[in-house]
Amino acid sequence: MNRYSIFSLARNALSHHEDWQQAWRSPDPKPGYDVVVVGGGGHGLATAYYLAKEHGITNVAVLEKGWIGGGNTGRNTTVIRSNYLWDESAHLYEKSLRLYEGLSQDLNFNIMLSQRGVVNLAHSEHDMRELKRRVNALRLNGIDSEVLTRDEVKRLIPILSCEGHARYPVLGASVQWRGGVARHDAVAWGLARAADAHGVDIIQNCEVTGIMREGGRVAGVETTRGTIRAPKVGCVVAGHASVLAAMAGISLPIESHPLQALVSEPIKPVLHTVVMSGAVHAYVSQSDRGELVMGAGIDAFNSYAQRGAVNVVEHTVAAVCELFPIFGRVRVMRTWGGIVDVCPDASPIIGKTPVEGLYFNCGWGTGGFKATPGSGWVFAHTIARDEPHPLNAPFALDRFTSGALIDEHGAAAVAH
Amino acid sequence: MLLITCPWCGPRAELEFRCGGEAHIARPADAMNISDADYARYLFMRKNPKGWHYERWNHAAGCRRWFNALRHTATHEIRATYKPGDRKPEPPR
Ligand SMILES: Cc1cc2nc3c(=O)[nH]c(=O)nc-3n(C[C@H](O)[C@H](O)[C@H](O)COP(=O)(O)OP(=O)(O)OC[C@H]3O[C@@H](n4cnc5c(N)ncnc54)[C@H](O)[C@@H]3O)c2cc1C
Ligand SMILES: [Zn+2]
Repeated sequence: MNRYSIFSLARNALSHHEDWQQAWRSPDPKPGYDVVVVGGGGHGLATAYYLAKEHGITNVAVLEKGWIGGGNTGRNTTVIRSNYLWDESAHLYEKSLRLYEGLSQDLNFNIMLSQRGVVNLAHSEHDMRELKRRVNALRLNGIDSEVLTRDEVKRLIPILSCEGHARYPVLGASVQWRGGVARHDAVAWGLARAADAHGVDIIQNCEVTGIMREGGRVAGVETTRGTIRAPKVGCVVAGHASVLAAMAGISLPIESHPLQALVSEPIKPVLHTVVMSGAVHAYVSQSDRGELVMGAGIDAFNSYAQRGAVNVVEHTVAAVCELFPIFGRVRVMRTWGGIVDVCPDASPIIGKTPVEGLYFNCGWGTGGFKATPGSGWVFAHTIARDEPHPLNAPFALDRFTSGALIDEHGAAAVAH
Repeated sequence: MLLITCPWCGPRAELEFRCGGEAHIARPADAMNISDADYARYLFMRKNPKGWHYERWNHAAGCRRWFNALRHTATHEIRATYKPGDRKPEPPR
Protein backbone atom coordinates (compact mmCIF):
# COMPACT_ATOMS: atom_id res chain seq x y z
CA MET A 1 0.00 0.00 0.00
CA ASN A 2 1.37 3.41 -0.93
CA ARG A 3 1.17 5.68 2.08
CA TYR A 4 -0.75 8.91 1.74
CA SER A 5 1.26 11.95 2.85
CA ILE A 6 2.13 15.47 1.85
CA PHE A 7 5.04 14.02 -0.14
CA SER A 8 2.92 11.51 -2.04
CA LEU A 9 0.52 14.34 -2.80
CA ALA A 10 3.33 16.45 -4.21
CA ARG A 11 4.81 13.51 -6.14
CA ASN A 12 1.47 12.65 -7.71
CA ALA A 13 0.84 16.27 -8.60
CA LEU A 14 3.81 15.98 -10.98
CA SER A 15 1.96 13.26 -12.92
CA HIS A 16 -1.32 15.20 -12.82
CA HIS A 17 -2.78 12.75 -10.25
CA GLU A 18 -3.17 10.09 -12.91
CA ASP A 19 -0.97 7.44 -11.28
CA TRP A 20 -2.53 7.02 -7.85
CA GLN A 21 -2.61 3.39 -6.82
CA GLN A 22 -6.02 1.77 -6.55
CA ALA A 23 -7.18 2.05 -2.93
CA TRP A 24 -8.12 -1.63 -2.81
CA ARG A 25 -8.07 -4.52 -5.26
CA SER A 26 -11.18 -6.13 -6.74
CA PRO A 27 -10.21 -9.82 -6.71
CA ASP A 28 -12.37 -12.74 -7.80
CA PRO A 29 -13.50 -14.85 -4.86
CA LYS A 30 -11.26 -17.78 -3.95
CA PRO A 31 -12.87 -21.20 -3.34
CA GLY A 32 -12.29 -20.88 0.41
CA TYR A 33 -11.15 -18.61 3.23
CA ASP A 34 -10.39 -18.92 6.94
CA VAL A 35 -13.11 -16.38 7.68
CA VAL A 36 -15.90 -14.99 5.50
CA VAL A 37 -17.46 -11.71 6.61
CA VAL A 38 -20.89 -11.10 5.07
CA GLY A 39 -21.70 -7.41 4.62
CA GLY A 40 -19.34 -4.68 3.42
CA GLY A 41 -20.58 -1.87 5.63
CA GLY A 42 -18.33 -0.15 8.13
CA HIS A 43 -18.85 -2.88 10.73
CA GLY A 44 -17.98 -5.72 8.33
CA LEU A 45 -14.91 -3.91 7.01
CA ALA A 46 -13.77 -3.09 10.55
CA THR A 47 -14.20 -6.74 11.51
CA ALA A 48 -11.95 -7.83 8.64
CA TYR A 49 -9.41 -5.12 9.39
CA TYR A 50 -9.10 -6.05 13.07
CA LEU A 51 -9.07 -9.79 12.28
CA ALA A 52 -5.95 -9.10 10.23
CA LYS A 53 -4.37 -6.45 12.42
CA GLU A 54 -5.07 -7.77 15.93
CA HIS A 55 -5.32 -11.51 15.34
CA GLY A 56 -3.11 -12.14 12.30
CA ILE A 57 -5.98 -13.75 10.37
CA THR A 58 -5.56 -12.42 6.83
CA ASN A 59 -7.12 -15.14 4.68
CA VAL A 60 -10.42 -13.30 4.92
CA ALA A 61 -13.10 -12.23 2.42
CA VAL A 62 -15.65 -9.47 2.87
CA LEU A 63 -18.69 -10.21 0.68
CA GLU A 64 -20.92 -7.26 -0.20
CA LYS A 65 -24.06 -7.57 -2.29
CA GLY A 66 -23.83 -4.01 -3.60
CA TRP A 67 -20.92 -1.66 -3.13
CA ILE A 68 -19.06 -1.18 0.15
CA GLY A 69 -20.57 1.47 2.39
CA GLY A 70 -23.74 1.57 0.26
CA GLY A 71 -25.96 0.49 3.16
CA ASN A 72 -26.50 2.38 6.39
CA THR A 73 -22.81 3.25 6.58
CA GLY A 74 -23.25 5.65 3.66
CA ARG A 75 -26.73 6.82 4.67
CA ASN A 76 -26.35 7.88 8.28
CA THR A 77 -26.05 11.30 9.87
CA THR A 78 -22.57 10.49 11.26
CA VAL A 79 -23.14 11.45 14.90
CA ILE A 80 -20.49 9.92 17.15
CA ARG A 81 -20.73 9.90 20.95
CA SER A 82 -20.45 7.49 23.89
CA ASN A 83 -22.88 9.03 26.39
CA TYR A 84 -24.92 5.89 27.06
CA LEU A 85 -26.50 5.31 30.46
CA TRP A 86 -25.85 1.65 31.27
CA ASP A 87 -22.35 0.41 32.08
CA GLU A 88 -22.32 -2.27 29.36
CA SER A 89 -23.17 0.24 26.62
CA ALA A 90 -20.96 2.99 28.02
CA HIS A 91 -17.91 0.71 27.93
CA LEU A 92 -18.61 -0.58 24.43
CA TYR A 93 -19.33 2.81 22.83
CA GLU A 94 -16.42 4.43 24.69
CA LYS A 95 -14.07 1.76 23.31
CA SER A 96 -15.33 2.71 19.87
CA LEU A 97 -14.90 6.43 20.42
CA ARG A 98 -11.31 5.85 21.56
CA LEU A 99 -10.60 3.84 18.43
CA TYR A 100 -12.16 6.62 16.36
CA GLU A 101 -9.85 9.14 17.98
CA GLY A 102 -6.82 7.31 16.56
CA LEU A 103 -8.39 5.95 13.39
CA SER A 104 -7.13 8.48 10.83
CA GLN A 105 -3.52 7.82 11.92
CA ASP A 106 -4.07 4.09 12.22
CA LEU A 107 -5.59 3.77 8.73
CA ASN A 108 -3.45 6.47 7.09
CA PHE A 109 -6.75 7.86 5.79
CA ASN A 110 -8.41 11.05 6.94
CA ILE A 111 -11.83 10.14 8.31
CA MET A 112 -12.43 13.82 9.12
CA LEU A 113 -13.33 13.18 12.75
CA SER A 114 -14.61 16.46 14.13
CA GLN A 115 -15.06 16.40 17.91
CA ARG A 116 -17.28 19.46 18.00
CA GLY A 117 -19.40 18.34 20.96
CA VAL A 118 -22.79 16.68 21.16
CA VAL A 119 -25.43 18.64 23.06
CA ASN A 120 -28.55 16.91 24.40
CA LEU A 121 -31.34 19.34 25.31
CA ALA A 122 -33.70 19.15 28.28
CA HIS A 123 -37.15 20.69 27.87
CA SER A 124 -38.74 19.84 31.22
CA GLU A 125 -37.86 19.28 34.88
CA HIS A 126 -38.07 15.57 34.23
CA ASP A 127 -35.72 15.79 31.22
CA MET A 128 -33.31 17.74 33.41
CA ARG A 129 -33.33 15.13 36.19
CA GLU A 130 -32.78 12.29 33.73
CA LEU A 131 -30.02 14.20 32.06
CA LYS A 132 -28.18 14.82 35.35
CA ARG A 133 -28.52 11.19 36.27
CA ARG A 134 -26.97 10.21 32.94
CA VAL A 135 -24.13 12.71 33.29
CA ASN A 136 -23.34 11.32 36.75
CA ALA A 137 -23.42 7.73 35.49
CA LEU A 138 -21.10 8.68 32.63
CA ARG A 139 -18.61 10.40 34.89
CA LEU A 140 -18.51 7.35 37.15
CA ASN A 141 -17.56 5.41 34.01
CA GLY A 142 -14.80 7.92 33.23
CA ILE A 143 -16.59 9.37 30.20
CA ASP A 144 -16.48 13.12 29.69
CA SER A 145 -19.84 14.74 30.19
CA GLU A 146 -21.11 18.02 31.61
CA VAL A 147 -24.38 19.67 32.52
CA LEU A 148 -24.99 23.07 30.94
CA THR A 149 -27.40 25.67 32.34
CA ARG A 150 -29.82 27.44 30.04
CA ASP A 151 -27.54 30.50 29.90
CA GLU A 152 -24.58 28.34 28.97
CA VAL A 153 -26.60 26.67 26.24
CA LYS A 154 -27.70 30.05 24.96
CA ARG A 155 -24.08 31.26 24.81
CA LEU A 156 -22.93 28.09 23.07
CA ILE A 157 -25.78 28.03 20.53
CA PRO A 158 -27.11 31.58 20.10
CA ILE A 159 -29.54 30.61 17.32
CA LEU A 160 -31.39 28.13 19.57
CA SER A 161 -34.82 29.26 20.73
CA CYS A 162 -34.46 28.83 24.52
CA GLU A 163 -36.75 31.30 26.24
CA GLY A 164 -39.93 30.60 28.14
CA HIS A 165 -42.12 31.61 25.20
CA ALA A 166 -40.43 29.08 22.92
CA ARG A 167 -42.55 26.15 21.74
CA TYR A 168 -39.97 23.82 23.36
CA PRO A 169 -38.35 25.87 26.14
CA VAL A 170 -34.82 24.75 27.01
CA LEU A 171 -34.02 24.26 30.70
CA GLY A 172 -30.47 23.07 30.18
CA ALA A 173 -28.45 20.43 28.38
CA SER A 174 -25.73 17.86 28.68
CA VAL A 175 -22.68 17.99 26.49
CA GLN A 176 -20.05 15.45 25.56
CA TRP A 177 -17.24 17.50 24.05
CA ARG A 178 -15.47 14.46 22.62
CA GLY A 179 -18.57 13.62 20.61
CA GLY A 180 -19.04 14.92 17.09
CA VAL A 181 -19.16 13.70 13.51
CA ALA A 182 -16.92 11.94 10.99
CA ARG A 183 -17.04 11.40 7.24
CA HIS A 184 -18.97 8.14 6.81
CA ASP A 185 -17.64 7.22 3.35
CA ALA A 186 -14.09 7.84 4.51
CA VAL A 187 -14.60 5.40 7.39
CA ALA A 188 -15.68 2.68 4.94
CA TRP A 189 -12.99 3.46 2.37
CA GLY A 190 -10.19 3.85 4.91
CA LEU A 191 -11.04 0.53 6.57
CA ALA A 192 -11.33 -1.19 3.17
CA ARG A 193 -7.96 0.13 2.02
CA ALA A 194 -6.23 -0.86 5.27
CA ALA A 195 -7.85 -4.32 5.33
CA ASP A 196 -6.89 -4.87 1.69
CA ALA A 197 -3.30 -3.95 2.51
CA HIS A 198 -3.28 -6.82 5.03
CA GLY A 199 -4.42 -9.20 2.27
CA VAL A 200 -8.18 -9.20 2.90
CA ASP A 201 -10.23 -9.77 -0.29
CA ILE A 202 -13.04 -7.23 -0.64
CA ILE A 203 -15.57 -8.66 -3.05
CA GLN A 204 -18.39 -6.39 -4.17
CA ASN A 205 -21.53 -7.30 -6.13
CA CYS A 206 -21.52 -10.66 -4.40
CA GLU A 207 -24.74 -11.50 -2.58
CA VAL A 208 -24.88 -14.31 -0.06
CA THR A 209 -27.91 -16.48 -0.88
CA GLY A 210 -27.38 -19.41 1.48
CA ILE A 211 -25.42 -20.48 4.54
CA MET A 212 -23.96 -23.97 4.21
CA ARG A 213 -23.92 -26.21 7.26
CA GLU A 214 -22.39 -29.64 7.77
CA GLY A 215 -23.17 -31.55 10.94
CA GLY A 216 -24.37 -28.52 12.90
CA ARG A 217 -21.31 -26.48 11.89
CA VAL A 218 -21.06 -23.74 9.35
CA ALA A 219 -19.24 -24.82 6.18
CA GLY A 220 -19.38 -21.73 4.00
CA VAL A 221 -21.77 -19.62 1.97
CA GLU A 222 -23.60 -19.82 -1.35
CA THR A 223 -23.28 -16.60 -3.29
CA THR A 224 -24.25 -15.08 -6.64
CA ARG A 225 -20.58 -15.62 -7.53
CA GLY A 226 -20.43 -19.27 -6.54
CA THR A 227 -19.83 -21.32 -3.42
CA ILE A 228 -17.25 -20.08 -0.95
CA ARG A 229 -16.16 -22.40 1.82
CA ALA A 230 -15.11 -21.22 5.28
CA PRO A 231 -15.00 -22.71 8.78
CA LYS A 232 -16.09 -19.37 10.23
CA VAL A 233 -18.70 -16.95 8.91
CA GLY A 234 -19.50 -13.59 10.48
CA CYS A 235 -22.73 -11.86 9.40
CA VAL A 236 -22.84 -8.05 9.69
CA VAL A 237 -25.69 -7.11 7.39
CA ALA A 238 -27.69 -4.58 9.48
CA GLY A 239 -31.25 -4.37 8.09
CA HIS A 240 -30.92 -7.78 6.44
CA ALA A 241 -29.94 -9.63 9.64
CA SER A 242 -33.24 -11.56 9.81
CA VAL A 243 -32.89 -12.61 6.16
CA LEU A 244 -29.42 -14.06 6.77
CA ALA A 245 -30.49 -15.64 10.07
CA ALA A 246 -33.40 -17.39 8.32
CA MET A 247 -30.86 -18.94 5.90
CA ALA A 248 -29.28 -20.64 8.90
CA GLY A 249 -32.55 -21.48 10.66
CA ILE A 250 -31.98 -18.96 13.47
CA SER A 251 -34.62 -16.63 14.94
CA LEU A 252 -33.70 -13.09 15.91
CA PRO A 253 -35.68 -10.54 17.94
CA ILE A 254 -35.01 -7.96 15.24
CA GLU A 255 -37.39 -5.96 13.08
CA SER A 256 -36.32 -3.91 10.06
CA HIS A 257 -37.62 -0.38 9.66
CA PRO A 258 -36.90 2.56 7.34
CA LEU A 259 -34.97 5.40 8.96
CA GLN A 260 -34.72 8.69 7.10
CA ALA A 261 -32.39 11.66 7.06
CA LEU A 262 -32.27 14.89 5.09
CA VAL A 263 -29.94 17.75 4.25
CA SER A 264 -30.69 21.37 3.48
CA GLU A 265 -29.13 23.56 0.85
CA PRO A 266 -25.68 24.74 1.99
CA ILE A 267 -25.57 27.88 4.13
CA LYS A 268 -22.77 29.78 5.88
CA PRO A 269 -21.45 28.32 9.17
CA VAL A 270 -24.07 28.88 11.85
CA LEU A 271 -24.14 25.73 13.98
CA HIS A 272 -20.88 24.49 15.51
CA THR A 273 -22.01 21.53 17.58
CA VAL A 274 -24.39 18.61 17.18
CA VAL A 275 -27.72 19.43 18.84
CA MET A 276 -30.12 16.66 19.80
CA SER A 277 -33.47 16.67 21.50
CA GLY A 278 -34.87 13.34 22.63
CA ALA A 279 -38.17 14.84 23.74
CA VAL A 280 -39.14 16.25 20.34
CA HIS A 281 -37.11 13.69 18.41
CA ALA A 282 -34.94 15.92 16.31
CA TYR A 283 -31.24 16.41 15.87
CA VAL A 284 -29.19 18.56 13.60
CA SER A 285 -25.59 19.39 12.75
CA GLN A 286 -23.95 21.38 9.98
CA SER A 287 -21.68 19.61 7.52
CA ASP A 288 -18.36 20.96 6.28
CA ARG A 289 -20.14 21.88 3.05
CA GLY A 290 -22.61 23.99 4.98
CA GLU A 291 -25.64 21.72 4.70
CA LEU A 292 -27.81 21.21 7.75
CA VAL A 293 -27.91 17.47 8.38
CA MET A 294 -31.07 16.29 10.12
CA GLY A 295 -32.18 12.87 11.27
CA ALA A 296 -35.81 11.76 11.36
CA GLY A 297 -37.46 8.85 13.13
CA ILE A 298 -38.37 5.38 11.88
CA ASP A 299 -41.54 4.43 10.06
CA ALA A 300 -43.55 2.21 12.40
CA PHE A 301 -44.00 -0.71 10.00
CA ASN A 302 -41.46 -3.33 8.93
CA SER A 303 -39.82 -2.56 5.63
CA TYR A 304 -36.88 -3.37 3.39
CA ALA A 305 -37.66 -0.63 0.87
CA GLN A 306 -34.94 1.90 1.81
CA ARG A 307 -37.48 4.72 1.72
CA GLY A 308 -39.88 6.16 4.28
CA ALA A 309 -42.95 8.36 4.35
CA VAL A 310 -43.02 12.15 4.08
CA ASN A 311 -44.98 12.65 7.29
CA VAL A 312 -42.07 11.23 9.28
CA VAL A 313 -39.71 13.79 7.76
CA GLU A 314 -42.27 16.55 8.29
CA HIS A 315 -42.44 15.73 12.00
CA THR A 316 -38.69 16.22 12.38
CA VAL A 317 -38.52 19.34 10.26
CA ALA A 318 -41.34 20.90 12.29
CA ALA A 319 -39.45 20.24 15.52
CA VAL A 320 -36.15 21.55 14.13
CA CYS A 321 -37.84 24.76 12.96
CA GLU A 322 -39.30 25.32 16.42
CA LEU A 323 -35.89 24.84 18.02
CA PHE A 324 -34.17 26.96 15.37
CA PRO A 325 -36.63 29.52 13.95
CA ILE A 326 -33.77 30.89 11.82
CA PHE A 327 -33.89 27.68 9.72
CA GLY A 328 -37.52 28.27 8.75
CA ARG A 329 -36.74 29.51 5.24
CA VAL A 330 -33.91 27.13 4.42
CA ARG A 331 -34.84 24.67 1.67
CA VAL A 332 -34.45 20.91 1.94
CA MET A 333 -32.16 19.56 -0.74
CA ARG A 334 -32.33 15.78 -0.35
CA THR A 335 -34.00 13.14 1.79
CA TRP A 336 -33.18 9.42 1.83
CA GLY A 337 -33.67 6.32 3.89
CA GLY A 338 -31.84 3.27 5.13
CA ILE A 339 -33.12 0.03 6.64
CA VAL A 340 -32.24 -0.29 10.30
CA ASP A 341 -32.25 -3.46 12.41
CA VAL A 342 -34.16 -2.59 15.57
CA CYS A 343 -33.74 -4.73 18.68
CA PRO A 344 -36.37 -4.74 21.47
CA ASP A 345 -33.92 -3.26 24.01
CA ALA A 346 -32.25 -0.89 21.51
CA SER A 347 -28.91 -2.61 22.04
CA PRO A 348 -26.93 -4.69 19.57
CA ILE A 349 -26.49 -8.46 19.42
CA ILE A 350 -22.82 -9.40 18.99
CA GLY A 351 -21.70 -12.96 19.42
CA LYS A 352 -22.03 -16.65 18.78
CA THR A 353 -25.15 -18.39 17.49
CA PRO A 354 -26.56 -21.91 17.97
CA VAL A 355 -24.68 -22.86 14.74
CA GLU A 356 -21.02 -23.47 15.48
CA GLY A 357 -18.66 -21.20 13.56
CA LEU A 358 -21.48 -18.79 12.67
CA TYR A 359 -21.42 -15.37 14.34
CA PHE A 360 -23.86 -12.48 14.15
CA ASN A 361 -23.32 -8.78 14.74
CA CYS A 362 -26.57 -6.89 14.31
CA GLY A 363 -29.31 -4.92 16.03
CA TRP A 364 -27.41 -1.62 15.98
CA GLY A 365 -30.60 -0.07 14.71
CA THR A 366 -30.58 3.68 14.47
CA GLY A 367 -27.24 4.26 16.15
CA GLY A 368 -24.38 2.05 15.03
CA PHE A 369 -22.16 4.39 13.03
CA LYS A 370 -20.54 5.63 16.23
CA ALA A 371 -19.78 2.01 17.08
CA THR A 372 -18.13 1.07 13.78
CA PRO A 373 -14.51 0.50 14.91
CA GLY A 374 -15.48 -0.83 18.36
CA SER A 375 -18.00 -3.25 16.89
CA GLY A 376 -15.43 -4.58 14.43
CA TRP A 377 -12.83 -4.83 17.18
CA VAL A 378 -14.95 -6.96 19.54
CA PHE A 379 -16.45 -8.99 16.69
CA ALA A 380 -12.99 -9.83 15.33
CA HIS A 381 -12.03 -11.02 18.82
CA THR A 382 -15.22 -13.11 19.06
CA ILE A 383 -14.57 -14.78 15.70
CA ALA A 384 -10.82 -15.29 16.19
CA ARG A 385 -11.12 -16.77 19.72
CA ASP A 386 -14.56 -18.32 19.32
CA GLU A 387 -15.60 -16.50 22.48
CA PRO A 388 -16.77 -12.96 23.15
CA HIS A 389 -14.53 -10.24 24.52
CA PRO A 390 -15.67 -9.03 27.99
CA LEU A 391 -16.88 -5.84 26.27
CA ASN A 392 -19.42 -7.66 24.10
CA ALA A 393 -20.21 -10.66 26.34
CA PRO A 394 -23.32 -8.92 27.78
CA PHE A 395 -24.61 -8.38 24.23
CA ALA A 396 -25.20 -12.07 23.51
CA LEU A 397 -28.35 -13.36 21.83
CA ASP A 398 -29.27 -15.39 24.92
CA ARG A 399 -30.03 -12.24 26.91
CA PHE A 400 -33.53 -12.47 25.46
CA THR A 401 -33.93 -15.81 27.20
CA SER A 402 -32.18 -14.92 30.46
CA GLY A 403 -33.89 -11.54 30.69
CA ALA A 404 -30.62 -9.61 31.13
CA LEU A 405 -31.67 -6.93 28.65
CA ILE A 406 -29.66 -3.74 28.20
CA ASP A 407 -32.53 -1.33 27.86
CA GLU A 408 -31.22 1.76 26.14
CA HIS A 409 -34.64 2.96 24.96
CA GLY A 410 -34.80 6.45 26.35
CA ALA A 411 -31.76 5.79 28.52
CA ALA A 412 -29.45 6.82 25.69
CA ALA A 413 -30.83 10.33 25.34
CA VAL A 414 -31.98 9.94 21.74
CA ALA A 415 -31.88 7.03 19.39
CA HIS A 416 -28.88 7.97 17.25
CA MET B 1 -47.42 7.02 3.06
CA LEU B 2 -49.61 3.93 2.91
CA LEU B 3 -53.27 3.85 1.92
CA ILE B 4 -54.80 1.30 4.27
CA THR B 5 -58.29 -0.15 4.00
CA CYS B 6 -59.85 -0.53 7.42
CA PRO B 7 -62.25 -3.52 7.22
CA TRP B 8 -64.89 -1.36 8.89
CA CYS B 9 -64.24 2.18 7.60
CA GLY B 10 -62.69 1.69 4.16
CA PRO B 11 -59.54 3.26 2.68
CA ARG B 12 -57.83 5.84 4.88
CA ALA B 13 -54.38 7.48 5.10
CA GLU B 14 -51.74 5.71 7.17
CA LEU B 15 -51.70 8.71 9.54
CA GLU B 16 -54.98 7.45 11.05
CA PHE B 17 -53.44 4.11 12.01
CA ARG B 18 -50.99 2.61 14.48
CA CYS B 19 -48.90 -0.36 13.42
CA GLY B 20 -49.00 -3.26 15.89
CA GLY B 21 -46.28 -5.46 14.40
CA GLU B 22 -46.40 -9.13 13.45
CA ALA B 23 -49.85 -10.76 13.58
CA HIS B 24 -51.03 -14.22 14.57
CA ILE B 25 -48.68 -14.57 17.53
CA ALA B 26 -50.67 -16.59 20.04
CA ARG B 27 -49.90 -16.18 23.72
CA PRO B 28 -48.83 -19.60 25.06
CA ALA B 29 -51.82 -21.18 26.83
CA ASP B 30 -49.67 -22.53 29.65
CA ALA B 31 -47.37 -19.51 30.00
CA MET B 32 -46.38 -20.31 33.61
CA ASN B 33 -44.95 -23.71 32.72
CA ILE B 34 -43.17 -23.25 29.41
CA SER B 35 -39.38 -22.94 29.17
CA ASP B 36 -37.62 -19.57 29.17
CA ALA B 37 -36.54 -20.24 25.60
CA ASP B 38 -40.13 -20.82 24.49
CA TYR B 39 -41.24 -17.70 26.30
CA ALA B 40 -38.46 -15.70 24.62
CA ARG B 41 -39.64 -17.03 21.25
CA TYR B 42 -43.16 -15.81 21.99
CA LEU B 43 -42.15 -12.47 23.48
CA PHE B 44 -39.18 -11.36 21.37
CA MET B 45 -38.50 -13.45 18.27
CA ARG B 46 -40.02 -12.11 15.05
CA LYS B 47 -40.11 -13.42 11.48
CA ASN B 48 -39.28 -10.01 9.96
CA PRO B 49 -39.39 -11.40 6.41
CA LYS B 50 -38.33 -9.60 3.27
CA GLY B 51 -41.59 -10.37 1.49
CA TRP B 52 -45.19 -10.97 2.56
CA HIS B 53 -45.86 -10.10 6.18
CA TYR B 54 -48.95 -10.62 8.31
CA GLU B 55 -49.26 -7.66 10.63
CA ARG B 56 -51.67 -5.95 13.01
CA TRP B 57 -52.98 -2.42 12.63
CA ASN B 58 -55.17 -0.29 14.84
CA HIS B 59 -57.45 2.36 13.35
CA ALA B 60 -56.45 4.75 16.15
CA ALA B 61 -57.95 7.95 14.72
CA GLY B 62 -61.03 6.20 13.32
CA CYS B 63 -63.09 3.32 14.66
CA ARG B 64 -60.21 2.40 17.04
CA ARG B 65 -60.52 -1.28 16.21
CA TRP B 66 -57.71 -3.75 15.57
CA PHE B 67 -57.43 -5.71 12.33
CA ASN B 68 -54.84 -7.64 10.31
CA ALA B 69 -53.13 -6.93 7.02
CA LEU B 70 -51.07 -8.90 4.51
CA ARG B 71 -48.41 -6.49 3.25
CA HIS B 72 -45.18 -6.89 1.28
CA THR B 73 -42.20 -5.44 3.13
CA ALA B 74 -40.14 -4.67 0.02
CA THR B 75 -42.87 -3.17 -2.22
CA HIS B 76 -45.28 -2.02 0.56
CA GLU B 77 -48.19 -3.49 -1.46
CA ILE B 78 -51.13 -4.32 0.80
CA ARG B 79 -52.79 -7.43 -0.60
CA ALA B 80 -55.56 -7.80 1.98
CA THR B 81 -56.89 -6.45 5.25
CA TYR B 82 -59.18 -8.61 7.36
CA LYS B 83 -60.92 -8.69 10.72
CA PRO B 84 -59.51 -10.52 13.74
CA GLY B 85 -60.80 -14.06 13.71
CA ASP B 86 -61.12 -14.13 9.91
CA ARG B 87 -59.09 -16.80 8.10
CA LYS B 88 -55.76 -15.41 7.07
CA PRO B 89 -55.39 -15.02 3.30
CA GLU B 90 -52.72 -16.98 1.43
CA PRO B 91 -49.76 -14.91 0.26
CA PRO B 92 -49.72 -14.56 -3.56
CA ARG B 93 -47.21 -16.79 -5.29
C1 LIG C 1 -30.81 7.73 8.14
C2 LIG C 1 -29.89 7.10 9.14
C3 LIG C 1 -29.24 7.89 10.09
C4 LIG C 1 -28.38 7.33 11.03
N1 LIG C 1 -27.69 8.16 11.87
C5 LIG C 1 -26.77 7.64 12.70
C6 LIG C 1 -25.96 8.51 13.50
O1 LIG C 1 -26.08 9.74 13.42
N2 LIG C 1 -25.06 7.96 14.35
C7 LIG C 1 -24.91 6.61 14.45
O2 LIG C 1 -24.10 6.17 15.26
N3 LIG C 1 -25.63 5.74 13.69
C8 LIG C 1 -26.55 6.24 12.81
N4 LIG C 1 -27.29 5.39 12.01
C9 LIG C 1 -27.12 3.93 12.14
C10 LIG C 1 -25.88 3.45 11.40
O3 LIG C 1 -25.90 3.94 10.08
C11 LIG C 1 -25.82 1.92 11.37
O4 LIG C 1 -26.07 1.37 12.64
C12 LIG C 1 -24.44 1.45 10.92
O5 LIG C 1 -23.98 2.19 9.82
C13 LIG C 1 -24.51 -0.01 10.56
O6 LIG C 1 -23.33 -0.38 9.92
P1 LIG C 1 -23.22 -1.79 9.26
O7 LIG C 1 -21.88 -1.89 8.66
O8 LIG C 1 -23.61 -2.83 10.26
O9 LIG C 1 -24.41 -1.81 8.18
P2 LIG C 1 -24.46 -1.39 6.65
O10 LIG C 1 -23.61 -0.24 6.33
O11 LIG C 1 -25.91 -1.31 6.29
O12 LIG C 1 -23.79 -2.64 5.96
C14 LIG C 1 -24.44 -3.89 5.80
C15 LIG C 1 -24.11 -4.37 4.41
O13 LIG C 1 -24.55 -5.71 4.25
C16 LIG C 1 -24.88 -5.87 2.90
N5 LIG C 1 -25.71 -7.06 2.74
C17 LIG C 1 -27.00 -7.26 3.13
N6 LIG C 1 -27.41 -8.49 2.79
C18 LIG C 1 -26.36 -9.09 2.17
C19 LIG C 1 -26.17 -10.39 1.57
N7 LIG C 1 -27.15 -11.30 1.52
N8 LIG C 1 -24.96 -10.67 1.00
C20 LIG C 1 -23.95 -9.74 1.01
N9 LIG C 1 -24.08 -8.52 1.57
C21 LIG C 1 -25.27 -8.20 2.13
C22 LIG C 1 -25.61 -4.57 2.56
O14 LIG C 1 -25.62 -4.34 1.17
C23 LIG C 1 -24.80 -3.55 3.33
O15 LIG C 1 -23.84 -2.88 2.56
C24 LIG C 1 -28.18 5.93 11.06
C25 LIG C 1 -28.82 5.12 10.11
C26 LIG C 1 -29.66 5.69 9.15
C27 LIG C 1 -30.32 4.80 8.13
ZN1 LIG D 1 -61.80 1.81 11.09
